[in-house]
Amino acid sequence: MFSSPPFWSNGPSPGNFYNFPNLHPQVQPQDFRQHSQSPVTTSTSLVGIAYDKGVIVAGDLLASYGSLARYTNCPRIVKINNNIILGASGDYADFQYVKDFVEQKVISEECLDDGLSLQPKSLYCWLTRILYNRRSKMNPLWNNFIVAGVENGEPFLGTVDKQGTAYTDRVICTGYGAHIATPLLRDALEKNPQLNLAEAKALIEKCLEVLYYRDARSYPKYQLGIIDAELGVSIEGPLEVPQNWNVAYSIKGY
Amino acid sequence: MSVLCPDIPAPGFSFENCRRNVMLENKGLALPKATKTGTTIVGIIYKDGVILGADTRATEDTTVADKNCEKIHYLAPNMYCCGAGTAADTEMTTQMISSQLELHRLYTNRVVRVATANQMLKQFLFRYQGYIGAALVLGGVDSTAMAVFESRWKPDMEEAEGVQLVRDAIAAGIFNDLGSGSNVDVCIIRKGAVDYRRTYDEANKKGQKQNSYKYPKGTTAVLTTKVVDIEEVVVKRFESEEMDTA
Amino acid sequence: MSLAVKPHYPDYSNAPIQRSFNPYADNGGSVVAIAGDDFVIIGADTRLSAGFSIYTREQNKLFQLSPTTVLGCSGCWCDTLTLTRILNSRMQMYQQEHNKIMSTEACAQMLSTMLYYKRFFPYYISNVLVGLDNNGKGCVYSYDPIGHCEKATYRAGGSAGALLQPLLDNQIGQKNMLNVKQESVSQEKALSIIKDVFISAAERDIYTGDSIQIKIITKEGIKEEKFELRKD
Repeated sequence: MFSSPPFWSNGPSPGNFYNFPNLHPQVQPQDFRQHSQSPVTTSTSLVGIAYDKGVIVAGDLLASYGSLARYTNCPRIVKINNNIILGASGDYADFQYVKDFVEQKVISEECLDDGLSLQPKSLYCWLTRILYNRRSKMNPLWNNFIVAGVENGEPFLGTVDKQGTAYTDRVICTGYGAHIATPLLRDALEKNPQLNLAEAKALIEKCLEVLYYRDARSYPKYQLGIIDAELGVSIEGPLEVPQNWNVAYSIKGY
Repeated sequence: MSVLCPDIPAPGFSFENCRRNVMLENKGLALPKATKTGTTIVGIIYKDGVILGADTRATEDTTVADKNCEKIHYLAPNMYCCGAGTAADTEMTTQMISSQLELHRLYTNRVVRVATANQMLKQFLFRYQGYIGAALVLGGVDSTAMAVFESRWKPDMEEAEGVQLVRDAIAAGIFNDLGSGSNVDVCIIRKGAVDYRRTYDEANKKGQKQNSYKYPKGTTAVLTTKVVDIEEVVVKRFESEEMDTA
Repeated sequence: MSLAVKPHYPDYSNAPIQRSFNPYADNGGSVVAIAGDDFVIIGADTRLSAGFSIYTREQNKLFQLSPTTVLGCSGCWCDTLTLTRILNSRMQMYQQEHNKIMSTEACAQMLSTMLYYKRFFPYYISNVLVGLDNNGKGCVYSYDPIGHCEKATYRAGGSAGALLQPLLDNQIGQKNMLNVKQESVSQEKALSIIKDVFISAAERDIYTGDSIQIKIITKEGIKEEKFELRKD
């Protein structure tokens, strides 16, 4: 039967003081743990835009080790099921860990064989909880995820960061792309709110080109994840960023 | 030191309070902060010259200090310069360089070259090793605006096309960077003619207030009143005298 | 001589780089609420931002908890998401256990308790809870991040809170004025003042802008309005 809850749980044991989290007491507790406080192998920006019938997400294939361009073939845009694409920037190992258990979740759902499948909003919400939970333990998953999908025929584009900050919008870019690509995409969407697939694709390609010129951690090989209400999911690539360095020779006089 | 032969103060900055300030700060005094202009400033080259652009917001931490400030500074009749960073530093730096350029023009009796101004600025800023927080464009600072240029700038643009590009670059900064805002200033420098268009585009209109916030007479509290009788005041009149020039 | 503020050149620094994790973010936003005799109005801007970037221009920060109660949140967005989620389920649990909807007063008390429960790892949110009390009178409750609760008739919170509160004190509270009639504010007046103060806040606070979402709560129900602000 029910019993009354303890009056003071998680409190100090009698005769002791409370150990405040985030403070460094003079005497370290015996069982303290140091969590990872920074990412190691990282990937740079992702760009995403919702067009009239679906969503495009793009990101390059580089995983950097500090300033070293270490791994040049690391896909980070994956198909989760027929409704969802997941993209990640930030720590690559953390992404692989998340990807593994999201895929396991999809398999478990498949096994129920009830004809239902995971929806983008559900995954977005669930990831938010996981990332918030890890940040609350001061042991974050050092990622910025983009969840793209189609739910009830409507495009869905949402993002979650390492603190569990989550929002949805028609334009979402992570990392350096938030400064460089977002203004270009927002401007284009303002001029033409009913963007079609071809226009959106051209726009994303242009953004990746600009990002490659200005982001020192970027790479010219990239993948495109497209989810369309009619055409379904496709992950295209590896593709090449178009480049033009002609004007570089005219820059002088520093 | 005497009255007849006063000490001429040494030119340049005075550093006499630096030691004192460091000491005070170490003792816990919070020093006042300088106004910064978390700015979007740009410049491009087009067919017949140069176009500069700037937004007009100055911020103090997260509050807007000035909603319509001027960031395109005059250097010489053929030269203007955009400034971002510590407001006082950009203002003073451009004024000092401007004065040096004018002296140089009078000395050489020629139109001063932009390369000269560039070199002067470089030497001036380098001397202070970054303590003068001025980022100047006679080139670009804002990554947002730079993205617009990377996607649309090409060599030998027409003037109208160039001005539109500069406006769009500044507008990108105004709408997407919280440190930039308000209006677009543009300055077109052609050979032999400068066209400074202050408030080229009013990118943001202030909202229309629905109420009036005028106070009726007598709203302000009067704390004390003192009445002085006019009769008690003695009025003296002095006749003016001719100056003695004998 | 060492100067206190040295310019920092990361490329030339030999010092070890240390990046520490900060679980909190300041996502900005402002909330303003005004209560009258038979209504209460709450407005929040829809800009979600961090640092000098805008995350989205269309983020609702008002959460309806019951047919007569609305909560406005600004500050750390990830904490807001979590808090409002827990609040919603607590509201549902209450309804199913007691077979009635929680009153605004009870909501206000529950929020205070929930915030204080996280006393040593707080939700970094500036909360303003509004609703109609059991007599149908409008009321406003405001909170600090760790659960201190204060009942008022008007309140400004969030990034422009310090800018707007004195203005409300003067215009709604009729503070520092002589020869004014002491009368309660009408619904039209309250609505127009909320719009006007947000126009002013958007002028001077960089984290307030884009548009405002307004909810007008009366015994007839909740009406919603949107009002555009400057976008720079």
